[in-house]
Amino acid sequence: MTKPLRVLIAKPGLDGHDRGAKVIARALRDAGLEVIYTGLRQTPEMIVESALQEDVDGIGLSILSGAHMTLVPRVLEGLREMGLGHVKVFVGGIIPAEDEARLEELGVAGVFGPGSSTEVISSFVREQLSED
Amino acid sequence: MELVAEALDGDRHALARLISLVEDDGIEAQEALAALYPSTGQAHLVGVTGPPGSGKSTLVNEFAKALRARDVTVGIVAVDPTSPFTGGALLGDRVRMRDLAGDPGVFIRSMATRGSLGGLAQATNDVVKVLDAAEFDVILIETVGAGQAEVEIARTAHTTVVLEAPGMGDEVQALKAGLMEIADILVVNKADRPGASRTARALEMAVNRNMASNDDHWRPPILQTVALDGSGVSEVLRAIEDHREYLCASGLLAERERMRVQAELLNLLQHKLLDQLLDKAGEEQMKAWIERIAAREVDVYTATRELCEA
Repeated sequence: MTKPLRVLIAKPGLDGHDRGAKVIARALRDAGLEVIYTGLRQTPEMIVESALQEDVDGIGLSILSGAHMTLVPRVLEGLREMGLGHVKVFVGGIIPAEDEARLEELGVAGVFGPGSSTEVISSFVREQLSED
Repeated sequence: MELVAEALDGDRHALARLISLVEDDGIEAQEALAALYPSTGQAHLVGVTGPPGSGKSTLVNEFAKALRARDVTVGIVAVDPTSPFTGGALLGDRVRMRDLAGDPGVFIRSMATRGSLGGLAQATNDVVKVLDAAEFDVILIETVGAGQAEVEIARTAHTTVVLEAPGMGDEVQALKAGLMEIADILVVNKADRPGASRTARALEMAVNRNMASNDDHWRPPILQTVALDGSGVSEVLRAIEDHREYLCASGLLAERERMRVQAELLNLLQHKLLDQLLDKAGEEQMKAWIERIAAREVDVYTATRELCEA
């Protein structure tokens, strides 16, 4: 049996809408991944720590609050500081196009806005995480 | 092995990677386990089991908080089921363990049951060994909800805490058969809900009956908690400590350890022998046997005997 990919799904920041994160968690589960779901109101530090303990291959961040340009860089920095630079990060939520480009420049592997199909996201994540 | 040395030296990233290695099995995993095995055997292993939704994760969170307040380090292994259809899993126990974030004296690892036969028990055993070797004082093992795995936990843990929530009514009957017998401590969680004392009374009766039919000297206490606000948690912790002392004083700890090792050894031998036999027989021959048995040309006992004697 090949080793299952492990991914963390987290919601940083203070907005309380976790339906999207749950849908993605379920879709990735159905795509055969082991999904560690951390729930609402996670700080970037909590997310990095969970990623470390769970030894995940990727992290999905769901952000609807508009604070993505603050929260995502802090997660990325935290990961690098902990020697987890190899962990792929993808972001879902309400992200304006210009920010999408900036997030990708910062090292985010993929950004998914409203209307993204779960099939597309699952296969993207699968592919990205299987790379190394 | 370098990874083992780093992990046992307190490097949390190395510890996480070592757990993955062990969980994924294989020859490297076995070498790592062999290297760290002499360092195991120090931690108190506490199993927490009960039906889905009874509050296992929330209670584990409260246990860990209370233990940390006494400067006891805590490893947590939280197991959730793998989908038999996709091989994926949704591991959601961390949702209830937010309070433990940022504390270097706690290490939480979520595990999926994964596919293989008996795999749950063995992989969990092995991950527990890693945390034990990494010198966590107490290791809390949270099982999946109802099922056979719940009984297996009693073979891994020193102290098994069985959780129940009020309102299960007649299902308490069913509980008596399996879970009751493995409980060292019984907890009625969600005790602020109606029916909690009735559930506790039903458990009390069941314990009385169990005590009458065996010569065990430990009487499982029946405690009530509200995991959400932490009430009753310190009483449970005290019971866990009392149980530990009882095990040590009565010599049962060593006996349980031998029983645990025996079960583990038999389980591994079983798998090893099965693998060897299947390798020898080959896929084609196995298929042929299956066809013949399904077609009623031969019965399954004859087939088994011939496969073993081949």
